[in-house]
Formats: sequence, C-alpha cells, structure tokens
Amino acid sequence: MNRVLAFWLSHRSELAALLGQHVLLVVVSTLLATAIGVPLGIFAARRPRLASPLMAFANIVQTVPSLAMFGFLLPVPLVGGVGARAALVVLILYGVLPIVRTTIAGLRGIDPAIREAGVAMGMTARELLRQVELPLVVPSIVAGVRVAAVVGVGSATIAAAIGAGGLGEYIYRGLSMVDTDVILAGAIPAAALALVVDASLLWLERQLSARRRTQSRRHAIAAAAALAVVVLFSSGVAARRAAGKIVIGSKNFTEQIVLGELLAQVIERDTGLPVDRRLNLGGTIICDRAVLAGDIDVYVEYTGTALTAVFHQPVNTDPAAVFNTVRDLYARTGRTLLPPLGFNNTFAILVRGADARSRGLKTIDDAAREAPHWRAGFGYEFSERPDGYPGLARAYSLRFPAPPRVMDLTLSYRALASGQVDLIAGDATAGLIKGLDLFQLEDNRRYFPPYDAAAVARAETLLRYPTVRTAIERLSGRISAADMRAMNYAADVEHRDIREIVGKFLKSL
Amino acid sequence: MPVPAIEFDTVSFARPGRARVLDRFSLTVLTGEVLALVGRSGAGKTTVLKLVNRLLTPDSGTVRVEGRDTREWDEVRLRRRVGYVLQEVGLFPHMTIRDNVAVVPRLERWTAGRTANRVDELLDLVGLPPRQFAARWPDELSGGQRQRVGVARALAVDPPVLVMDEPFGALDPLTRAELHAEFRHIQERLRKSVIIVSHDMGEAFALGDRVGVIEDGVLVACDPPAAIAASRDPRVRRMLDALPTVPRG
Repeated sequence: MNRVLAFWLSHRSELAALLGQHVLLVVVSTLLATAIGVPLGIFAARRPRLASPLMAFANIVQTVPSLAMFGFLLPVPLVGGVGARAALVVLILYGVLPIVRTTIAGLRGIDPAIREAGVAMGMTARELLRQVELPLVVPSIVAGVRVAAVVGVGSATIAAAIGAGGLGEYIYRGLSMVDTDVILAGAIPAAALALVVDASLLWLERQLSARRRTQSRRHAIAAAAALAVVVLFSSGVAARRAAGKIVIGSKNFTEQIVLGELLAQVIERDTGLPVDRRLNLGGTIICDRAVLAGDIDVYVEYTGTALTAVFHQPVNTDPAAVFNTVRDLYARTGRTLLPPLGFNNTFAILVRGADARSRGLKTIDDAAREAPHWRAGFGYEFSERPDGYPGLARAYSLRFPAPPRVMDLTLSYRALASGQVDLIAGDATAGLIKGLDLFQLEDNRRYFPPYDAAAVARAETLLRYPTVRTAIERLSGRISAADMRAMNYAADVEHRDIREIVGKFLKSL
Repeated sequence: MPVPAIEFDTVSFARPGRARVLDRFSLTVLTGEVLALVGRSGAGKTTVLKLVNRLLTPDSGTVRVEGRDTREWDEVRLRRRVGYVLQEVGLFPHMTIRDNVAVVPRLERWTAGRTANRVDELLDLVGLPPRQFAARWPDELSGGQRQRVGVARALAVDPPVLVMDEPFGALDPLTRAELHAEFRHIQERLRKSVIIVSHDMGEAFALGDRVGVIEDGVLVACDPPAAIAASRDPRVRRMLDALPTVPRG
C-alpha cells in the first residue's frame, strides 16, 4: 500500500489527468445515454409492440463484452477507431439500456387511474407527460442513470485499451508489467469513483422519490446539475490534450511501451514537437487500424507480425524478403515502414531453466519428446496466428496430452515459473526470461519467421514533419536484443520507471 | 323546454372484437338535474360516462353535450366543461392537495391569485379546511378525504356538467352516508348537470333526481326514485331485489 501511495505521489499530475479523463468519459457518456435513453423509453412505453424488440436488442448489446465491442467498432467510420470518441460510443451503448429499461418500467408502473384522471381533465398528451408522467417517472430514471454511471466507471477502465485514457491506463500498464502496485494505482481510484458515483446518485434518487415539496426537488435537481457542470469543467481541464501533437502508439506489453516511450523521447529531443503517448493499445489490429485511421502517427511493429497478422501473407523465413514485402504493403496503404531498429523479437519457446538443465534440453525437438507429459500455456495471439502454435505443432510434431491453456501473455511467464504450465511461447526479448530463470529453446528447424522491430508511421505525418523521420531513423540498427532484454528486465523485474530507463538508454547511444 | 345538458341519441358502442356494450342507447339529462345510473358490473355504465367527455366516441348515434355533438367539440374544451370524478380518485401523488385541485385552473392559465382563491373556496366547499389540508399530500388523507379532493378537483373551473364513476363505491357505509349528505348540499348550491354511476340502488335513490337502470347496454327504465321503486318491470325488480339497501318507507 505504501508503494501505491508513493506511486501516486510521484505520478500525481498524470493521476489527475487520468482521473479527469475517466470522469469526463463517464459523465459525458452518461449524460448522452440519458438524453437518448429517456425519449427512447418514453417512445417504447407508448408502443408495446416496438418495446420488446427494442429491449431484446438492447439486452444483446449489453451482453457483448466491452473489449469485443471496441473491436467491432474499430473499422466503423465516424464513431469507430481509436480514442475517446469510440470509447464514448461504447459507453453510451451500455448506458442506454438500463435507462430505457427503468424509464419503461417507471411509466408502466404509473397507476392507470392517474393517467386517466389527467386525460379526463383535458390534458393534452404533452401536458400529461410534462406534469404527470415525467415527475412520477423521474426517480426511476435516476435509478437507471445510477446503474448506467456505475457500469460506465467500470467499462471506462477498459476504454484504455483503445487509447481513450482514464484510470484503466494504470491497470493495463500494471498488467503488462506484472506490477500489482501499478494495477492497484488504477483500480483503487476507479473503485472509489464507482462508490462515490453510486452514493451521490442514490442520494439524488432518494431526494426525488421521497414525497417532497416541489421546491426542494428543484433544489436537488439544481444541485445535481451544478455539480455535473463543475465536474465536467474541472475534469475537462485536467484531461486537456493539446492539438497538433505527434501521437505515439504501442501495444500492451512492456517492450512495446518501452519502444513507444523511446520513439516519444527521441522525437521530443530531436524535433521539439509535442508528443502524445497512447501507449498500451489493446493489440496488433488495434494499432494497425489506429495508424490507418490517423488516430496515431507511429508505433513499432515486427515484420513477421505485419506479414501474417496484418497482411495475411504466407509465412516466410527470409528476413530481407519479409521486410521488403511488408514495406511495400504498408506503402500501398499510406504508411511507411522505417528501417529495422536492430533486434529480432522472435517467439521464444521457453521452459524452466531447472528443467532445461536437469533434462539437458537445448532445442524445441528436445522438448517435443517431453510434450506427452507436459502442459503448455500460450497467449491469445500465439494460439491463433498461423505462424503460432498450429504451425509449430506441425513443424515439430508437438503433442500435448491436453489442449494448451490460453492465458494472458505476461501472466504465462509467471505460470511457467510457478509450475502451472511446463512450456510457453514468450518473446525472445522478454526481461522476465532473465528475471525468472527461464530457458529459451533453439528453433532448430527454423520454424519462426523473422520479427524485426521497425517503426510504422503515417506517410502523411512523415511528409509534414521530416524531422520526425530523421529522429526515428537515428535509432535504426541501434537496439540489440541484449539492449532490449535489459530494458525489459529493468521494467518488468526491477520495476524501474520506464521514462527513466529509456532516458538512460538514449543518452548511452 | 330548456336545452338538455347531455343527450344520448340511439348510441351504439362496441369494443373492437367484443360484444356490444351499448345498444341504441338513449338518455337525456336536463340542466341542473342529477341522473343516477344503476346497473351491475359490465352493464356499460362507465362507457356511458366516457362517451360524455369523449374518452370514447360512439360507433353510431350521437352524444350531445350542451346541444353539441361531442365529435364537433374540441376535446380539450369539452373535457374542461365536464368535471370527471373517478372511483379510484386518481389524485396526482407528486402534488399537494392544493396543487391537485389547481391543476385545471393552471392548465387554463388562471392567475396565481385567482387560482389560490378558488382552491380555498373549493376545499371549504367539500369540507376540508384549506389551512389544515391544502399543504398535505394525497397519501396523508383517508379514502373519504381523498374522494372529497377528487370532487373539488372536478369542480375547479366550475364546469356545468359533472360525471361521477362510482365515486363513493370504495368507502365505508358511514363515510358514504356523510358524503351523500355533503353531495346533496353542494348540488343544492351549484345546480350542476350530473350523471352519477353506481351499482348501489340505495345510493341512486339517495342522490338521483331520476334513476336510470341499465342492463346489457340498454336503458330499461329512467324515472324518479318513487316510480322506480314501484316499477313492475322484472329487470328493474331484479335490481331492486338483488341490492341490499332498498329504501325504507
């Protein structure tokens, strides 16, 4: 806990910005969800035939996991892509349902005699809605808004996966660094925020549903509105991002964050341009789409990954051929592949160092002999990619007694070290290999294609800011596998600050 | 002969896909007269009331209010000239007694002062002293008190016509007798044209200048209480015999 406090203290301005972004995401999405949900609920309550399909659709939307929803929206123009806008769309979709549902329930719960009395007194439909139905349904609506806002606080943490910011950044950062303190640094304020939101809306709900003089209800509504404005304004200030920055992206594991930080620092140092870091985006496809859509300007990709996962080309084991193919494919889609940074982050088939020594394991062929009584664990990507497990199993006739367990990549190192699995596929440059005493088996049949790290940038950005290109090319061929492993080790095992690690490395060049 | 306040001229009405509720139903209510309409549940009594303020319109025949076909009335104007009292009262739970009574005056855009005076006057009229009751909430009142508020609300903009749907049906006998007396007292002063629906012949005799007996959507008799009590029509006798409270003497 002390370490979490220390982390907050040393990151307080960042924490404030992330909290501000988080609150902004939740408040804006909840307000918009209310603006959509209440009329929709009123409409649906009047037309029962439309209500059921509408509710069915809303329920289906609700069951889609939010990460999957972000994935669906990535290629959608206008609302999709990467960043706060796409996150807002998803949060609104989730928020609308509870509001529609409680609005409908509230309207249906109104005693028909009350409505009939209103009509018989000569109220028009509009007067009835304004003077009778809405005041009676307001507490139900607030109950729905409360659910939407609390769910929103939770879902907004996931929005960090698409670079929308918020407290989820710490959670993802912590997950990829396997650092509980950083996870807690994001999770604790998020939970506290959820509790505060819940309590204050519950207060408002009670204030409105209790039999109160109209005046005190007005005061409650006015107080809530004033609070919303203040929160909106202050979080807007905290979350402010200047326009016209070079936006650096990265995938969501330590090495990528280090490389993203490296690009950011070298650009800041050599060009003086302001840089916006959208590190920790949720995977290859998200980064790829983000560059394509112009949401980020540059990130580091691996040639083999680009070949198979991005461009769906057959696997090839010649590094130069792969680089050229990928560079051409990028060029056709308005992107520039800059020269390789120097190291090859191929997949590393890893076993415990102790096993390797006691059984004399050196190559993947050696491990294939042990496979029949071993358990394997692989990250999501490796399990699915054609150049991942399926091909590996064929190339080495690997047969495990049970299907490999699919787990988070960074957790799989711990799972291997603690004996939950016996073989994993990691990154050749992972600092944890050194930190956890793991052993990399030799790819003696040359199965894995090359994974040379190289920056992918929007051609447009490089044209507009030629100095950015010069700055990045200054890194070409300068980062060895040993350098990379050392930086990863410093971040993952020694838990040192990534900015510091990168700063030190840049100075040493 | 004065223009009848309410006139049903061979009115038929059916709910879609169901048997006929009213079948060539004719009825006249004179200005200042109380007509008590009696019949068993489902006989079509509530339908008659809803046809008066155009919550429903007839399939054939004509309903006239103050000499004018309800279909020719602007429905909002019509409803504000017809006070409506429901059995369940239907007070607005989010408004005080004062605000409940003031609903129609406010819809009619009366000034605040005029509305306030009128609310006080009406609450006095129905026996709920404003100083004691105006600021209270519907759920703080007894059933009888709520029903009085319902009557006050229906009378708010002084409509010439009043329709009442079993207004005292849910009350205990003592409270009911009290409200009957109150109603007669109010009616003496206001002389509204009233249709009051009841399933209780005793109530009809107590309140009606004339009593109409309705059975299966047909008006089988419509006469002053004494004539009804003396009727030999088996349909009327059936109602009289079935009901516990027949008039004494």
